[in-house]
Amino acid sequence: MHSIPGRRVIMALFLIFLLLPIYWLVNMSFKTNAEIVSTMTLWPHTPTLQHYKRIFTDESWYSGYINSLEYVVLNTIISISVALPAAYAFSRYRFLGDKHLFFWLLSNRMAPAAVYALPFFNLYSAIGLFDTPWAVALAHCIFNVPLAVWILEGFVSGVPREIDETAFLDGYSFPRFFIRILVPLIASGIGVAAFFCFMFSWVELLLARTLTSVQAKPIAAIMTRTVSAAGMDWGLLAAAGVLTIIPGALVIWFVRNYIASGFALGRV
Amino acid sequence: MDKTVNQKAWFLVLPVFLVVAFSAVLPLMTVVNYSMQDTFGNNQFFWNGVGWFKELLDPSTDLGGRFLASLGRNLFFSMVILAIEVPLGIVIALSMPRQGWTVAACLVILALPLLIPWNVVGTIWQIFGRPDIGLMGYTLNAMGFDYNYVSNAIDAWVTVIVMDVWHWTSLVALLCYAGLKSIPEAYYQAAQIDGASRWAVFKAIQLPKMNRVLLIAVLLRFMDSFMIYTEPFVVTGGGPGNSTTFVSIELVKIALGQFDLGKAAALSLVYNLIILIVCWIFYTVMTNAGAERKVQAESEPAVEPKPSSGLKPVPALKPKEGVA
Repeated sequence: MHSIPGRRVIMALFLIFLLLPIYWLVNMSFKTNAEIVSTMTLWPHTPTLQHYKRIFTDESWYSGYINSLEYVVLNTIISISVALPAAYAFSRYRFLGDKHLFFWLLSNRMAPAAVYALPFFNLYSAIGLFDTPWAVALAHCIFNVPLAVWILEGFVSGVPREIDETAFLDGYSFPRFFIRILVPLIASGIGVAAFFCFMFSWVELLLARTLTSVQAKPIAAIMTRTVSAAGMDWGLLAAAGVLTIIPGALVIWFVRNYIASGFALGRV
Repeated sequence: MDKTVNQKAWFLVLPVFLVVAFSAVLPLMTVVNYSMQDTFGNNQFFWNGVGWFKELLDPSTDLGGRFLASLGRNLFFSMVILAIEVPLGIVIALSMPRQGWTVAACLVILALPLLIPWNVVGTIWQIFGRPDIGLMGYTLNAMGFDYNYVSNAIDAWVTVIVMDVWHWTSLVALLCYAGLKSIPEAYYQAAQIDGASRWAVFKAIQLPKMNRVLLIAVLLRFMDSFMIYTEPFVVTGGGPGNSTTFVSIELVKIALGQFDLGKAAALSLVYNLIILIVCWIFYTVMTNAGAERKVQAESEPAVEPKPSSGLKPVPALKPKEGVA
């Protein structure tokens, strides 16, 4: 009654459609370049780890991963810590301009990154943050902070108001209540919000590439550079791609039940 | 759940306000400033008033022609994407297994494309679609189709659309799945007793319950496909010719490629305005739907007992007997 006829077939076909291109990438990353160019093979006939070895030993490659992780983690910390109090305020109180503020936040989540690329470049150059992880971390706040507020607001609204009132009657000050009682109660929500901040910062390229040149270049930008300069090093490119998928694939498992609500801005 | 009025709550919102204002309002002011000026390099600026905006909306000029063409392409792309992804996402959500380890496995595989960096999505499809080394390109050509996304505009479009379907249908499916999960079992039992057909169940129960999430899905998919940049840029670079040049790609070309700040800024503002309007429409519809739901929820307790006690009397009565 819940589902449709032939659902197993549909699901299986769709999953194959999703996995096939990823399989092809993984397949490529284990082939030698000679094998990639010369023959069409469905699996690596002479499997090699040379591309992975190169990435892990060449500093210009692995530093990209470190740079990426650096700004992603910075961004997640900033986003969550500013979004927490705001989420509480939106969930509990009515104040002047709250609805407009909420809409303004939403509109920033939707704003195209291409619009901000150039002004960000000027802004961060002017204040001397260009080519540091801070520039990218702050720039990514434009879409991650609103997202974190939306997700956390949903979770804070799930906490009964009586808990706040009881805590205040018991003589808790506001900061103490916030850290000792509220934060532990919505720990799973914070986890989910952190995951989404991590993810959106991890997948974004345009701003990250525009705001860095040498020192803080993210792995995604290093990959595009290799495509245009080295031309045909497909194996290396594939290996670098596989390595960027792994962090996401690992964390998905922990949030699999919250993925939908996170994407729905906490509104499911 | 009435909220109390408390203006001090602004202090809690202040950090968010400052952070977002720093990265949204300041740059936007720069954009407005640039959009009224022309530059010939060396940081020399000349006042141009609304000249750029006039040019932007006039298809006979170079700038206007490029903008309107890319806007048309982008709108067409968004419509195609929505027309494919929304029905497909609903079908996938309805096809989800009901229980057991397969649920988790399906969820994880579905979510996988969403977590791949966007340029890697492009790379994946580049490698997958190339006629010489890609599985898809090679197979299609071996089957007799003359497929080459680098030189043929239609092939490039098909590749970009299939890529987007691959990348984002899961999002629609996951949202719909979450909506379906929130439907209580009793509804289905009631439908079964009434002898409702599967189609009737879908139309009368599942679709209305998915309304809200579908709205969000359409909003997110429209917005994200409207500002798509990285994936088509990596795969086709906007080509062949200009056939897959979307607004974002055009904008970055003008802004960071030619450093034509005035034109780029004017384009940014119009682009942003379109997004803002669409966003506002969705927001209004969404909050109205939310308000309706609240009204419904308030009147529900009076209505609810009827169907539940009338349709499945046995489980409803049993606990009461136990208590008595």
